[in-house]
Amino acid sequence: MKFGGSAGALVTLAAAGLLKTSQAAAAVWNKAGFESKGVADAVKSLGASAAADSRDIVITAPDIAENGAVVPIEVVSRIPNTQSISIIAEKNPFPLAATVDFANSAEPYAYVRIKMGQTSNVRAVVKADGKFFSAVKEVKITVGGCG
Amino acid sequence: MAEPMKIRALLKGDVADIRVLVAHSMETGQRRDAAGNLVAAHFIHSMTVTHNGKPVYDGQWSQAVSRNPVFAVRIKGARVGDKVVVSWTDNKNDKRTDEVSVAAG
Repeated sequence: MKFGGSAGALVTLAAAGLLKTSQAAAAVWNKAGFESKGVADAVKSLGASAAADSRDIVITAPDIAENGAVVPIEVVSRIPNTQSISIIAEKNPFPLAATVDFANSAEPYAYVRIKMGQTSNVRAVVKADGKFFSAVKEVKITVGGCG
Repeated sequence: MAEPMKIRALLKGDVADIRVLVAHSMETGQRRDAAGNLVAAHFIHSMTVTHNGKPVYDGQWSQAVSRNPVFAVRIKGARVGDKVVVSWTDNKNDKRTDEVSVAAG
């Protein structure tokens, strides 16, 4: 993880609310990752630069989405001990859309609707047993949804 | 004040399928209003779910999540009547917590 000069801002964000939530497990928001403008930086912020391609990650998303403002993305990981799933829309202005950490009885399953500016690969990055795996699926966008 | 979330928690086998609809503008900070001014970013950055008091889902979101977010969580080993609590916090420090009981699917 490389936060550099943003550490102060992270602390401010934490003080502003993240750490005050009733769930003790709340993670610190990955500011560096969410503000990355490129896929490589976003992946690096997750510590996943060496992620291996995996067929055990199943991404379900429309082949063609008419409305880029609402693109349903479902990711199922069949990798044992999956700890987190991140969703990256590679050509969005800020590619990293969401990171979900699982604990206790949660299934390694993520579903969320995201905005996509243009046709692009959607990349899922899975952390399991401290190792990283990824998979991609292309989604064609007819009308972009970032405006 | 934020509107209540709509949460559906249905048990299928021993897995509870939790689906949540949140009322939130999820402004990206890139949209312009009718006068051409940028609308400030306003989005949920943190979403947590607990099952009978134990954390199960800790989501970090960006402004790329759609307006009025819909998301889902699956919880293994759940039973009818289990308590599921969903909370969000946005970048203006608005927050909202709602809870439901798991129902038979």
